Amino acid sequence: MNIHEYQAKKLLAGFGVPVSRGEPILAADGIDAAIDALPGPVYVVKSQIHAGGRGKGKFKELPADAKGGVRVSFSADEAKSNAREMFGNTLVTNQTGPDGKQVNRLYIEDGADIDKELYLSILVDRETSQISFVASTEGGMDIEAVAHDTPEKIHTIGIDPVDGITDEDVAKLSAAYELDGVAAEDGKSLFPTLYKAFYDSDMSLLEVNPLVILKDGHLRVLDAKVSFDNNALFRHPDVVELRDETEEDDKEIEASKYDLAYIALDGDIGCMVNGAGLAMATMDIIKLYGAEPANFLDVGGGATTEKVTAAFKIITSDPNVKGILVNIFGGIMRCDVIAEGVVTAVQEVGLNVPLVVRLEGTKVQEGKDIINQSGLNVIAADDLDDAAQKIVKAVKG
Amino acid sequence: MSILINKDTKVLVQGLTGNTGTFHTEQALAYHGSQMVGGIHPKKGGSTWTCENGDAKGTELPVFATVKEGKAETGADASVVYVPPAGAASAIIEAIDAEIPLIICITEGVPVRDMVNVKARLQDSNSRLVGPNCPGILTPQECKIGIMPGTIFKKGSVGVVSRSGTLTYEAVYQTSTAGLGQTTAVGIGGDPVKGTEFIDVLDLFLDDDETESIIMIGEIGGSAEEDASEWLKEQAAKGRKKPMAGFIAGRTAPPGRTMGHAGAVISGGKGGAEDKIAAMEDAGIVVSPSPAKLGETLLKAIG
Repeated sequence: MNIHEYQAKKLLAGFGVPVSRGEPILAADGIDAAIDALPGPVYVVKSQIHAGGRGKGKFKELPADAKGGVRVSFSADEAKSNAREMFGNTLVTNQTGPDGKQVNRLYIEDGADIDKELYLSILVDRETSQISFVASTEGGMDIEAVAHDTPEKIHTIGIDPVDGITDEDVAKLSAAYELDGVAAEDGKSLFPTLYKAFYDSDMSLLEVNPLVILKDGHLRVLDAKVSFDNNALFRHPDVVELRDETEEDDKEIEASKYDLAYIALDGDIGCMVNGAGLAMATMDIIKLYGAEPANFLDVGGGATTEKVTAAFKIITSDPNVKGILVNIFGGIMRCDVIAEGVVTAVQEVGLNVPLVVRLEGTKVQEGKDIINQSGLNVIAADDLDDAAQKIVKAVKG
Repeated sequence: MSILINKDTKVLVQGLTGNTGTFHTEQALAYHGSQMVGGIHPKKGGSTWTCENGDAKGTELPVFATVKEGKAETGADASVVYVPPAGAASAIIEAIDAEIPLIICITEGVPVRDMVNVKARLQDSNSRLVGPNCPGILTPQECKIGIMPGTIFKKGSVGVVSRSGTLTYEAVYQTSTAGLGQTTAVGIGGDPVKGTEFIDVLDLFLDDDETESIIMIGEIGGSAEEDASEWLKEQAAKGRKKPMAGFIAGRTAPPGRTMGHAGAVISGGKGGAEDKIAAMEDAGIVVSPSPAKLGETLLKAIG
């Protein structure tokens, strides 16, 4: 789960992380009050969307020469006019895709006197199975380009989970950033605090780009992107409340209510599969036979009839879907549960497109019996290859 | 021969009394008499669990309060974890502390932070963990631990190792249909932090006399397939080599919609399907373009 920059900064500030003073704007009529609440004279007006590259982004509705999604303003009036121009418009960045994202929230921050920009992130490194810092002196830039062009400028520092972050780790970070004086002192408290925030909140990614050294030598977190481990949200009801559903696809929100892994795609063959690997492989084989999947949908292992029914309804609610492929290889998932869910859903919402069902594995005969006795117009398939060919033929003719 | 488990393996079930644990223990007992020897529940120690469905109906298993007690009473050398996500890591750690040699965690949705801590506990321990979020291990006609459907297996010569649960079944099903059968199938699970990696299992398959060929199923993300390919090349140089077929799921998946790009940075640009396929082919693995042609591809690799 992702949150906005202003939410991330509030959360980090709660741990004692130094951030700029700021005010969020959640509605257009809140612009004046938010800006008047800050001392000025420099204001930074920042679009709050779940995507990076905002500064270089462009608003769809504005002229091509209009400024981007993060604007430095040198008076309250200028900040207000910038905020009015940005609010409600659609920001397209290199991470949003061509459709862009509507800016429904802004964050106004005090300007900062920046001396130097650094890059910091914390994540779980799957190669070492440790929480690791990624540090670079090249802050404020596209870090992927830095990693590609100058890999020697990227430092990875793994943290032993038993010891937690040690003085030695802090010294390595300080050296990676070439910190001295006040900044080095700040680092001694900032790095352990960021680690604690990451660990205690069950984050999956904390990216600070840039982390800045101010003209007075102090460190400050100037931007913050935070993602949480969805598997750990049950420990953090306060984090769950920060979710902004306007950032997500409607069908994906509906799917998440039923704990279904669903990602909307551009094709016309709806897929319902168990297991992420088989779901991806099903998409692969549909493409191999010359068609495009309309979605990725993993019903998971412990699906109930209710969950399967919901999954089927989500697929059929997509107007692009011209055929549906149900591909189940039951292990923990039982074919009879899938079959009942499909039959229930079809009885409730009807079926106007071809449906190919391939069942194999646990309780397969019971599952096939349920489908056969339902009287539904289902095209049965023997195996994965057969299933993919039949649905592509049914849709493409 | 087989790897990791056989007809003598004695298994404790952590989370036996829940719905999932009960269903799959009934299935395991019915599968050629896999030796499920007891269950663990901290509050139900001293009680008895009775199999109520299937071919093993009527079988009774003792329930112990702790893994340590269960191991002492039954001589178990493996445990399987069906405990829900919030308690799964504690259950694994309890089994590590009880020095259970093989721990298999089926549970899906274990927080990654918990797994980071589990992984640290596994260092210098006497245990091997497989999973979490995996379908388990099955040696045909001998022992089934986990949730793989037993009916698709056939005793034979192929070693199967996979990151994806349901694609493990495809590989098993297709090698059975091709007449080859399996020595053992191991699902290592798809979570970023897990107990056993490809290399660990491949090493066992290369050592196993009855395993004549191997299927390896990977997916996009991480660099485990590239690492395994590199390792296989080193082994081949030492003369350790068996015919292999492979598949990578997610060739057509759109790039992840993550906010940051630190993950891509840390893996040094690895993790894409094409890179993995190239690495595997470079190591002599015949990679199938279609998930429906795994058996066929392996036959080709065997020649």
